[in-house]
Amino acid sequence: MSIATRAGVAGTRAVAEAGGGPRAAERVTVGWWALVKPDRRARPRLALAVLAGVLASGSAVALLATSAWLITTAAAQPPVLILMVAIVAVRAFGIGRGFFRYVERLAAHDAAYRVLGETRSRITGRMEELAPAGLSSLRSGDLLARLLLDVDAVLDLWLRVVLPVLVAAVTATATVALLVVLLPSAGVAVAIAVALACTVVPWLTASSARRAERSIAGARGDVAAAATETLLTAADVVAFNAVDDVLASFSAADARLAAAERRSAWSAGLGNALLVLCVGGASLAGLVLGHQAAITGPVFAVLVLTPLALADVLGGIPAAAQLATRVRASLARVQDLLSTPTPVTEPTAALPLPTGRELAIKNLYAGYDDADVLRGVDLVVPAGSRVVVTGPSGSGKSTLAAVLLRFLEPRSGQLTMGGVDLTKLHGDQVRSVVGLLTQESHVFDTSIRENLLLAKPGASDLKLWKALYRARLGQFVDGLPQGLDTMVGEHGARLSGGERQRLAFARLLLADHDVLVLDEPTEHLDEETARALLADLFAAAGRRTVVLLTHRPDLAPHLTQPVVDLR
Amino acid sequence: MKPVDPRLLRRARAARVFMVGSVLIGIATGLLIILQAVLLAKGIAGVVLHGADITRVAWQLAAVLVARAALQWLQEVVAQRAAAAVKSTLRRQVLEHSLKLGPAWLSGERSSALTTLLTKGLDDLDPYFARYLPQLVLAATVPAGVVAWMATGDLIAATTVLVTLPLIPVFMALVGWATQAHSRRRQHALAVLAHHFADVVAGLPTLKLFGRAKAQAAAVRRVTDQHRVASMASLRLAFLSSFVLELLASISVALVAVGVGLRLVEGKLGLETALLVLILAPEAYLPLRQVGANFHASADGVAASEEVFRVLETPLPERGERSDVPDLRVTSLHLHDVTVRYPDRDEPVLRDFDLDLWPGEVVALAGPSGAGKSTVIATILGFVVPEGGVVVAGGSAADEFAPERWREQFAWVPQRPGLRLGSIADNVRLGRPDASDYDVLRALAAAGAPELDPAKAVGEGGQLLSGGQRRRVALARALITEAPVLLLDEPTAGLDASSEAAVVANLRATGRTVLLVAHRPALLAAADRVVEVGRVESLVTA
Repeated sequence: MSIATRAGVAGTRAVAEAGGGPRAAERVTVGWWALVKPDRRARPRLALAVLAGVLASGSAVALLATSAWLITTAAAQPPVLILMVAIVAVRAFGIGRGFFRYVERLAAHDAAYRVLGETRSRITGRMEELAPAGLSSLRSGDLLARLLLDVDAVLDLWLRVVLPVLVAAVTATATVALLVVLLPSAGVAVAIAVALACTVVPWLTASSARRAERSIAGARGDVAAAATETLLTAADVVAFNAVDDVLASFSAADARLAAAERRSAWSAGLGNALLVLCVGGASLAGLVLGHQAAITGPVFAVLVLTPLALADVLGGIPAAAQLATRVRASLARVQDLLSTPTPVTEPTAALPLPTGRELAIKNLYAGYDDADVLRGVDLVVPAGSRVVVTGPSGSGKSTLAAVLLRFLEPRSGQLTMGGVDLTKLHGDQVRSVVGLLTQESHVFDTSIRENLLLAKPGASDLKLWKALYRARLGQFVDGLPQGLDTMVGEHGARLSGGERQRLAFARLLLADHDVLVLDEPTEHLDEETARALLADLFAAAGRRTVVLLTHRPDLAPHLTQPVVDLR
Repeated sequence: MKPVDPRLLRRARAARVFMVGSVLIGIATGLLIILQAVLLAKGIAGVVLHGADITRVAWQLAAVLVARAALQWLQEVVAQRAAAAVKSTLRRQVLEHSLKLGPAWLSGERSSALTTLLTKGLDDLDPYFARYLPQLVLAATVPAGVVAWMATGDLIAATTVLVTLPLIPVFMALVGWATQAHSRRRQHALAVLAHHFADVVAGLPTLKLFGRAKAQAAAVRRVTDQHRVASMASLRLAFLSSFVLELLASISVALVAVGVGLRLVEGKLGLETALLVLILAPEAYLPLRQVGANFHASADGVAASEEVFRVLETPLPERGERSDVPDLRVTSLHLHDVTVRYPDRDEPVLRDFDLDLWPGEVVALAGPSGAGKSTVIATILGFVVPEGGVVVAGGSAADEFAPERWREQFAWVPQRPGLRLGSIADNVRLGRPDASDYDVLRALAAAGAPELDPAKAVGEGGQLLSGGQRRRVALARALITEAPVLLLDEPTAGLDASSEAAVVANLRATGRTVLLVAHRPALLAAADRVVEVGRVESLVTA
């Protein structure tokens, strides 16, 4: 992993000077530190967490050391007064461990959630710059869900990797220092054991986990694919009485996975086993070296027993190491996404919005990565006209929409509105006059009202109802018991596909753009619904310009200009 | 929450073997811990009291250490292997059971939830087996042995431990019980938070369209902060449970140490015994503390296995057993007053629907979308159980017959055909596994796709084919069967007019009974009869 770029995630962008002409977008490097770094308010809490953690672990070590001293001293049957300090200390350490651990956990969680909020916020900021053209890889819900889980790895990183390891390292060092004072050779032996526990143990654990992961990744992928496929095609499989065959082939893949997992199991416990040897070995070293140095009495007991408390201190390291591998992979995926080139470079000084709304495209080249999807497109859309652009899927209809909305920079050629080059305008300026309806307009998990108000905050109910009726959804909403306050569910799940599109369209009408770009607005609907919706869309558009991008031009009402084919 | 789900032991043999193995390893570990303490106490006391030689003790200690490390390693190997076997057993059982529960049960959300469970969810059992269960076994075996051994040396110390040890689970349960509502609220708050973030991220393009995206970074920070404050308030309570655990464990050790020290001063106890007690006391609490520390692993594992058992314990629908299904080549099929209601809807999707299907007929189902045309087909196939009415053939209700035998009478082209990984020919052969290459070619040609290469791979979910090609492969898959009745859900969507006409002609030529869902006029015109679904007015015949 590369060390962080110093700039915050939200602020970084591809520095590619807009000079017209073709240019490749540059990848932005988003450092992992920039993703997970604690802000000003989180840092003192992290420090407090480390301090409390060291005091808690230190109490455990001190409890055993003092107890050993106390008991061995007591064996000589001195006056009880001599033992008083030790007795008080033992009790104090006994209470201290629980108390400091509690403080540590609270401070650590507080800090980790602060960092998570900050990270989520930074990611949102960067994704805002990328959306939607730079986020095309997230189109599937699964990948989005994985990204969200990956972001949560920030919590694991601080709570279960960084803090425990820091606390263990500091406490173990202090313990070693104490033993060095008592007997340097024993101190060195314990230092070696601690060093092994802090380096070889995590390495063994992590490398074993990595090796296991590598050897089962293929089989795991096969099982996942087989399960997904079987469930997706369950109806077909059942209808054709092929359940037994399908289960047999799943079982075969599954057996391969189980066998691979069994084979990789042997190395799993090596780290923890070595840890047992390290801790026990440290104590044994104290015994042997102390005896050789002719140390006796209480100090000898302290030398032998104190290392045993290290089991408690170092015990979390293998788990932390294992988690670190996963956290690293998660953060790498997030980094990778955020490092996607920024699709649009906003002009430093934007021109004022022109008054004309005529769109003119000349010899336009545009596309993603390094491939041009649009090659030499020419198109003129007079203000107030209706234009249908067609072409099979992959011919660049959505790319054209992205360019029109200034979600994507043209690679070459010209695109003007009212005579002004679109690249000289700020994206938000363009989108205040050009609106878009796609096949998968996002409906937020809130009320119908809130979904509409998004387009025009503060709009009156009258305006909302007007927009709904013009999108031919008014009657439907009126019939709902809770009307505008009806919750639409996650991704609008409580609405049908047609209703969802009409709601998105009502929202679009409310925003009152002069130009409407409709990108396959009826793709997921059946033909009848599609035809009706398109007719309504065109009727409700009124004086606005409409650019319809579709692979089924026959569904459009016959009041449009001739169809333009992208092929 | 139960610490070990007995259903897990019942369902998976590997889990039972594992528990037995773990208990044996746990007992051996306990013995080694005691042995180590005895040797250490002997060594220290020997040196301190009379400067004895420790060579023997040191070698014995080294041997114990190696044995403990080996057991530790063995424990994890056994756990990993058990986890692998149990997961495999459960995966197969879940998949088999959900297929038996049928496509209607599997629809939509449940299917994706199951996919997650089968692929990732069950992996939560790994830490459950590797860390939680072994610790649980150790918590049951080690303290008992340790306390018993302590009792032989110093009864008072053993009693101290014996009294405080049970206090730990009791106090933890009390604290847990007292903070339950809080922790539920906190879980809910976290879920809401994650959901808000997900919704914002998914909706970013839309927000950007309306110029509202820039404010989102701040909004996410604000919402997270609000929830953090609320959740910290309940964490202060929730962490009390681990506070009690740590406090009791370490105070008890302190009490034992001080008590032993004082008794030593009074000469009531020997040094060796005192050291033994001191070394053993923390070992009695350690397994319990580690069970507490691995609570997450347990909660996730239990949640995963609960998901599994929710599926496995869903009762299978009643199924008929008769295998003497009437031959629909010569027998007619009737739907009488069929009413179907989906669980999540108030209105029935089909109401009192009647249909007669005579052998050799081509009947089209028409009607607006959502009227229940596909439901008619699902009802005939037995995927949905009607709330009222009956499907009848040859005087017997369809649900009297074994579903597999009944479905042999039908070949189906779903609205969105599910294609399986493999070649086009593989997919066509789902209809008839022993079909020859020639049969496959003929079926493809009859389905209006003579140009498709049977050896071509279809890709995941058929993504290497266009929508129209997928339908034609599905049609070929239906045509290659010998089923007397074809149930076709919009079979020609995505076809141009001339290929559509050819397909319709081929359908007729087979002489089979055809029930098809149709929107397009050409298809409606080709049918013998058109049955309107979901409308009361009389039907328009072509």
